[in-house]
Order: sequence, then C-alpha cells, then structure tokens
Amino acid sequence: MKLTWKLAVSTCAIAVLLSGCERQEEEAATGGEVNAAEQFVPLLVYRSGPYAPNGIPFANGLVDYLNLVNLRDGGVNGVTLTYEECETGYATDRGVECYERLKGKGPTGATAVNPLSTGITFALTEKVAADKIPLITMGYGRSESVDGSVFKWNFPLLGTYWTAADILVQHVGNLSGGLNKLEGKKIALVYHDSPYGKEPIPLLEKRAKMHGFELLKIPVTHPGVEQKAAWLQVRQNRPDFVFLWGWGVMNSTAIKEAAAVRYPRDQMYGVWWAGAEPDVTPAGRNSKGYNSITLQHSSGRTAIHADIIEYVHGGGKGAGPEKDVGHVLYNRGLINAVLLVESIRTAQGKYGEKSLTGEEVRWGIENLNLTAARIKELGLEGMMQPVKLSCSDHEGVRRARIHQWDGSDWQFVSDWIEADNSVVRPMVDAAADKYAKEKGIKKVNCTS
Amino acid sequence: MGPFIEVLIAGLMAGVLYSLVALGFVLIFKASGVFNFAQGAMVLFAALSFVRLMEFLQNTFAPILLSLAITIVIMIVLALLVERLVLRPLVNQPPISLFMATLGIAYFLDGLGQSIWGSDIYTLDVGIPKEPLLLFESVFEDGILVSSEDLVAALVAGVLVAGLAVFFQRTRIGRALRAVADDHQAAQSVGIPLNYIWVIVWTVAGLVALVAGIIWGSKLGVQFSLSLIALKALPVLILGGFESVLGAIIGGLIIGAGEKLSETYLGPLIGGGIEYWFAYVLALAFLLFRPQGLFGEVHIDRV
Repeated sequence: MKLTWKLAVSTCAIAVLLSGCERQEEEAATGGEVNAAEQFVPLLVYRSGPYAPNGIPFANGLVDYLNLVNLRDGGVNGVTLTYEECETGYATDRGVECYERLKGKGPTGATAVNPLSTGITFALTEKVAADKIPLITMGYGRSESVDGSVFKWNFPLLGTYWTAADILVQHVGNLSGGLNKLEGKKIALVYHDSPYGKEPIPLLEKRAKMHGFELLKIPVTHPGVEQKAAWLQVRQNRPDFVFLWGWGVMNSTAIKEAAAVRYPRDQMYGVWWAGAEPDVTPAGRNSKGYNSITLQHSSGRTAIHADIIEYVHGGGKGAGPEKDVGHVLYNRGLINAVLLVESIRTAQGKYGEKSLTGEEVRWGIENLNLTAARIKELGLEGMMQPVKLSCSDHEGVRRARIHQWDGSDWQFVSDWIEADNSVVRPMVDAAADKYAKEKGIKKVNCTS
Repeated sequence: MGPFIEVLIAGLMAGVLYSLVALGFVLIFKASGVFNFAQGAMVLFAALSFVRLMEFLQNTFAPILLSLAITIVIMIVLALLVERLVLRPLVNQPPISLFMATLGIAYFLDGLGQSIWGSDIYTLDVGIPKEPLLLFESVFEDGILVSSEDLVAALVAGVLVAGLAVFFQRTRIGRALRAVADDHQAAQSVGIPLNYIWVIVWTVAGLVALVAGIIWGSKLGVQFSLSLIALKALPVLILGGFESVLGAIIGGLIIGAGEKLSETYLGPLIGGGIEYWFAYVLALAFLLFRPQGLFGEVHIDRV
C-alpha cells in the first residue's frame, strides 16, 4: 500500500514535469506550418517571479505578432519564424544562461536577442559582439549604445533613458512656463537602485546644472515593496516634480506611498517602464492623475490588433487573454516584434529570402527605415512615429508623448516632444568613446 | 522634531508588519526546531488563494467570508500534506535535513500558487482604510502623517500576538508544542503525538501567513513579491530570537524603526538605499552582545 502511494506521487510529479516539457515544445513551435526556411528567434521572457505582471503582457505581444506573421502571411517572405521561450525571472545570471542555451538554435542560430532587462543587457553586450548576434534593447539598456560606431551589435531602439529623462525635463519645463523657469525648483528622482534606475542620473545632473533646478536622488532597494522612508523624504523636501524610475511592484507601491504622504499624483512622472496598467491598477483611485512618458505608444487597439484577434486568438493560438490585447506593455512587445520582423525583411532585401544569420539581420536593423506609409500599411498608424536607423544612430527616433491615467484608462496629455540631441548626443559620444577606450574597441567609420 | 517622530512612527508601523511574517517562522521553529524557509511562499500562496477565490465568489452573498473560510481549509490541507509527505519521513533526522525540505516546499509552493492562481497583480480590498491621518497639526508645522492602513495592521498584529501567547502558554497543545521543540524523541516517549502537533503548528503558521498575506496584499496588491517579504523577517528573527513570539514583535519594532531612521537620516550621506542591509547590520550588532537574540533561549549542551 505504502509503495502504491509513493508510486502515485512519483507518477504525478513526473506527469507535471512532462506536461511542462510538452509546453516548452509547444512554445518552440511556430503557430503554423513549418516551412523549409526558418528564422529562429530566442525569447528571453519572465512569466513568473516578482516582475511577471509586467513581463507577461510584453511577452504575449511579442509572441502574438510572430504568430500573426506566420499564420496570416506564411512567414516573412515565406521564411517561417520559429521561437523558444526561456524564463529569466528578470535575473541577470538566468538571462545569460538562457542566451547561452538559445544562441545556437535554429538553422542559422539566433536572429537577435531581446532581453527586456538592463542588467542582462550589460552582461550580454560583450558576448553578442563575439557571437555576432544583434542585441535589441527597445527603450532600455545602455544609453551610450546609440553610438553604433562603438556598439555595433546594440540597438536601443525608439529611446534610451537619457532620451526619456531629457523629454521629461522638457515637459515639466513647458508646464512651468519654459526651461528657464525651472531655476530654484526641485525635482526628485525616485529610482530602482540598479543599473536601470541609475541610468538617467548623468542626464538629469547635466540638465540640473543647465537650468538651475535641484535634483534629489532617492534610491529604492529591489524589489521596492518597502518605500516608506523614500516617500517621507519626498514629503520633507517637497519637490515640485517626482520622476519615478521603477519597474514591477515598485511602481504601484510608489503611487500608494505617494498617496500616503499626500504627494499629488499629477506631479509624478514615470519612465515608460512605470506607465502601464499593472503600475496603476493596484493603487486603485489613488493612481488617478499619475503621468508617465510613453515609448511612443500608449494603450488601445489599431488595425493590427484586429488581425491578431482574427488570425491568432481566433485560431486559439493567443498567448494570453484576448481582453489584454492592446494594453500598454502588450503593445510594446508587439512593436518590438514588428521592428524585428521589419529588420529581417530589410535584411532579406539584401541577402535573399532565406534563413539569415545574426550578422545579416544586424545589417537589416541598422538599415531599417520604417516610414509613415509602411507604419500605416502594417496597421500601426497612430501608435508610433517613423523610425530610421544608421550606423551612427542605433536609436532611430527620439520622440515621445506623456500620458496620464484617468482612473480607468491612459490619455495623452502632451504632444510629441523630441529629445534635444545637442544635450544628449555629446554625452552619448563621450560615454561611447570612454567605453571603446576601456575595451580596446576599434570604432567603425560611419561616414564611409 | 516633527519629521523625526513621523519617520519613527512609520518605522514602528513597518516593523509590526515585519513581525507578522516573523511570527510564522517563530511558530514553526518553536514547535519543531526547524527554520521554515517556506514561510514567505506560504504568505504568497495563502494571499493568492484568498484574492482569487474572492474574485470567483464575488457574486455570492459574502465573498470575503466565504473565500476566507475556503482559504483556511486550503491552509489546513496544506499543513496535512506537508506533515504527511515531507515531515513524517524525516522524523528524528538532523535539523538541516528538515530545513532543506522546507526549501523544497518554498519552491514548490511558489510554482504551484502561480500555476493555479496566475502571476498577475491582484488588487485586494477588504475594507482597510487607506486615507492617511494627519495628527498634531497644532504642535508640529506639518503635523504627523500616520498611515491608517498601518494602524489597522498594528492592531491586527497585536491581537494575533496576544492570542498566540495565550495559546503557547496557557493551553495543553501549546505546552506540547514546546515539548516537541525541545526534543522530538523525549516528547514522543511521554506520549505526545508528534505528527498531530506538527499538523497543528503548520496550520497555525499557515493562518498567520494568511493574515500577513491579506494585510501585505491589500497594501501592495497580491503578487509574487509577497514571498520576498519573508526576507524582511530574517533580521527581525536574528534580533528577537527564533523562539520568542514577543521577540518577533520587539525585534520587528527595532528593525522597522532602525531601518527607516537610518535610510532617512544616514542614507542621504552615503548614497541612500541602505535600509535593506542596515537591518542586518543592526541585527548583527545586537548578536555581538546577545548571540541568542533578545528573547531567544540559551541552550547549554553537555558534551
């Protein structure tokens, strides 16, 4: 009897493990027929752990678009997109492990890596150069990696943290009646005490010197569940504006703590990783009036979402619940996938409609030119601005808007604001040059 | 002076919340001499079960009470399973084996909870007031801001501690629990049913986890980070002693006040973000003078 009981438990455990393996196999599938030509995309995701509420919608958007391309178009010019998810839990060590495990998969190895973590980005920057795999860090990563002459394999598409910080300063300057009116004001940066959270500090310090405002730096330790001391400092110092550089639970906790010290939410501005539904809904009505910069898009659906619902969710292949299609982070994952697919398409224009290597796809990203007409054709009109990359500019575009939570949805409260490249670019060049010198990197001549 | 008092009160309140989690550790350590690494995972599992059941039962006549009752049953079943599948085979094994087993339980519960109930953030509203109170406005320039949510938490923790103190000191089961903690074999030899005692203690620890989960969950939203709250309880245990309910409370208050005051007044001088490690430094400083913690028992073994 005892043996039977133990046998039953062991069988159950094995069954659970096997079902997990089965799921992985499914995830490695394509969503459609497997063609002879395949393009493998490794997906470093986090669907569990403290950052899962933010990681899940991003991963769903990414996967849904890859499936859409396969199901609706039969792949990219006939080349089927294949992918496999690897759970990083937002941990740098696990991220590197996932990269190592997936980089050689597929007929030509990994197309490009999207780690969705600044920590993992820092850890992979040298590895991808050696492995010749592009590292796409859309809206995160090293700000100086905009300079493609040094960071040949890094692509911080659509904006870096210096871009975000610059736009935020310009916005609060506009609200104050001009940047010169910021003199004597206080801006507090409440940030995740990690490479990610510290990234905007050099830009903000430069802007503080330029305009005479005081910058208060208030770090919050990972994961950010305990912020009482930080917000009591805010209460004591009474800053005119608070910039929130958080991720995951830190954001919703910050909004709650701001309410607890009666700091006005409409004077709070989050970075684009602190401006999605999981950041505001846990704080309930206390989130009303909270602002954040957008990485171009906000929430909402366009023509592309209709296709996803018809072809992907309609076919029972949706990565998450249909009701979440169009949420802020879902849309971000979706745009990330669009940029990747369009880069593959660009590279196919030069190297042929076949499975491409990471090196060939890198060329495609660097020569990506997503025009307004193409954006409309893709069904993304209104969600993003044209993007054009070059050897010296791996960012592509530096424009963003501010959106505000009205209690039930996000509403834009500003027009497009462009980061001032005369302020940001010298910092990029100086930091990139320093990095090149430290690592002994020979700069690429971008003028030729 | 006003800001100092405000930070101090906020720290004490935070300390009470840490104590709530620390209590779960103390209960199991008292009854089995095992440091239960799974306590954080139990907080998450209990809170996740509660909040998701509330969602499913929202159209019933009493969603809060019903989901509370069902979650209590779930925690009792969990205690039974832990005793039957994990602890019973390890009777009389070295404490390190039991500790490693709780590590396994922690990972299992983290995964199981998220698989069954999901990994999203779930808003939990059990009617705890959220509006802060502004006190002593006439005494201090900006008054003293006190979180009403933390006040309720302190009250709940106080009631819980009083109840547990009575349970341990005044009931037969409480005395049996302490006997089991002292020596498994000796307790068994005088007729104390070890397995039954373990089920009781894991059930009580599960219920404490549920209370902690509801309070922390209504503060942060129910999500995976709740399991990390356990890390905040460690310095509390080091300082207060692993075997004392009172130690968990006093330790929590000292750690809470110490970390908030250090972050506010010392943090800006050395770059900030110090409260996390400062709690451990504070606990270790206490250990230099009282290695058993403030209220821990001194064990003298004959060799």
